[in-house]
Amino acid sequence: MALTLEEQTGRDQVRRNWWLSLPALVILMVAAIGPLIVVLVYSFLTPGEYGNVEWKFSTEGWMSVFVTKDIFDETWKLADAHMTIFWRSVKLSLLTTALTLVVGFPTAWFIATRPARAKALWLFLITIPFWTNLLIRTFAINQIIRNEGLLNTMLLKLGVISAPLQITYTDTAVLIGMVYVYLPLMVLPLFASIDRFDMRLLEAGYDLYASRAQVLRRVILPLVKPGIVAGSILVFIPCLGAYVTPRILGGGKLMMIGNFIELQFGQGRNWPLGAAISILLLIVVTIALLFYVRAINGENRDA
Amino acid sequence: MSKHFGQGEAVVKALDDVSVAIRQGEFFTLLGPSGCGKTTLLRMIAGFESPTSGEIRLNGEPITHLPPNKRPVNTVFQSYALFPHLSVAQNIAFGLQMLGKPKAEVEARVQKMLALVRLEQLAGRKVSQMSGGQQQRVALARALAPQPKVLLLDEPLSALDLKLRKEMQSELKRLQRETGITFIFVTHDQEEALTMSDRIAVMSAGRIQQMGTPREIYTQPVNRFVAGFIGETNFLPAEVKDGQAALPGGVTIPVMARDGRATLAVRPELLRIVAAGTPGALPATVADAVYFGTDSHVHARLSDGAEVVVRVQSVAEGASIPAAGSAVGLAIAPGALQVLED
Repeated sequence: MALTLEEQTGRDQVRRNWWLSLPALVILMVAAIGPLIVVLVYSFLTPGEYGNVEWKFSTEGWMSVFVTKDIFDETWKLADAHMTIFWRSVKLSLLTTALTLVVGFPTAWFIATRPARAKALWLFLITIPFWTNLLIRTFAINQIIRNEGLLNTMLLKLGVISAPLQITYTDTAVLIGMVYVYLPLMVLPLFASIDRFDMRLLEAGYDLYASRAQVLRRVILPLVKPGIVAGSILVFIPCLGAYVTPRILGGGKLMMIGNFIELQFGQGRNWPLGAAISILLLIVVTIALLFYVRAINGENRDA
Repeated sequence: MSKHFGQGEAVVKALDDVSVAIRQGEFFTLLGPSGCGKTTLLRMIAGFESPTSGEIRLNGEPITHLPPNKRPVNTVFQSYALFPHLSVAQNIAFGLQMLGKPKAEVEARVQKMLALVRLEQLAGRKVSQMSGGQQQRVALARALAPQPKVLLLDEPLSALDLKLRKEMQSELKRLQRETGITFIFVTHDQEEALTMSDRIAVMSAGRIQQMGTPREIYTQPVNRFVAGFIGETNFLPAEVKDGQAALPGGVTIPVMARDGRATLAVRPELLRIVAAGTPGALPATVADAVYFGTDSHVHARLSDGAEVVVRVQSVAEGASIPAAGSAVGLAIAPGALQVLED
């Protein structure tokens, strides 16, 4: 797009006045980076006896992320409990992302193919869960899946099962809860990119001998990929740090990273360890994102 | 239905009892105003819509219930519908890949198609970076690459500007000659239809009004709709008695028609301005004249008040266009009058 001289001058003018947004920029910098610096510094201090930290440099916080000191013979062992929690978090987050994609894609497709007015209504309905507190919604899920809950009662009455299914306090419960909570975050970006998709390309695909599966794989998926990427990121990251859902549906025993971090700042009274895990989580997410985005873009270049 | 060309024909029977036989290797045009059913007919041949009743046959084989991806028929869409995430070469290769052709064959064929539409230099380009005319060529190459039995073209030139459209018209003719593939072309542009087609079906209100060569359609329109839609025409109401049509101004001309009221049609270029009072010429008064360069359109009023247009060819010495208000005679060329069914 060629800009007229007038438009170009106007833009230059606006660009020269960037310093007017300085106060906002300063607040943003302090708010975004400030707490991170605090967390980073705390991870290198010594835990205080009643929580908090003592201002004494120590790498023990970071050490104990990976290894633990045996309380009896004082030897160092790999902290496999931490690794289990870490792995469970990653596994559950990946599963949640995959499930929200599987459920969210048809939903988003359905909404995007409605007439304009119906589209607005459906989108509005999708956002309704955001109106209610996450805690309340998670308790509601608990009411459905617990042993005396709606699901088990119905299945028992129908004679499908003879004893209630133990769903609460399992990974499955956490998974169900997280899929429910994060589904809208997958549907909305998916909708945005499907809505932009030119449906006439479907006919072009069929006309050129593509089967339904081939049209999906070769035409639809490559073109709605930005939505899939955005949705996956929006779901995966908060999942990894999820706290409320695993706390309530996992019963506090099946911890995810979020719960473990909370534990260190609470009962565990090991703030440096909590801070170190927080930073580690941040690094893992950043690396995962870089790989993900690079993989997607690389695919684009090949295609 | 039509067996003129032995081997192949595509028979369509749909819409408001429409029946068409298209010959193999023919450039066939469906012409009509928007909403006449021409695009529906095309989409049924492509397989995007199924007829309520009737049958579609290709080389004698019924294809009515085959899905679009099982029909050896490809479409050039009005919007081109090129895949924006693929390059020019990948767009052209798409159909061949879906047919499961070996890689070497696909590549060779893509090169051939690129040469055919003269886009060799742009093979790696993304389609979004191309002009309308270039996208049009990619769409053609993509649809021709799998060597379909029939190529369907849904108003493919309507998005192009006039100059480009003229260029693409001859390009399409060339492609059709070189590939020998049957082209079914949909348009609402009568000039496009006349210049490109082997045969034309003029459609209106879900029915085929007339089918024939461009010359037949232009010189012998069967009804008022066809006469009015193709080119310009003057309609003259007349009273027929004993094979003689009585025209305004007391002129009678022999016609082949039953007695009673009839509508006669005459093309503007088949009328000639002569001196007032010439025997056999319709008396008229010149209303005004519009100069078009190659010719002028003289609007004249007949004695009953009806307005007719006469086309006067521009000549080197400057045609003598009578001044507005002057009385003239309009001579009708022999055989120029067409009797129309109403």
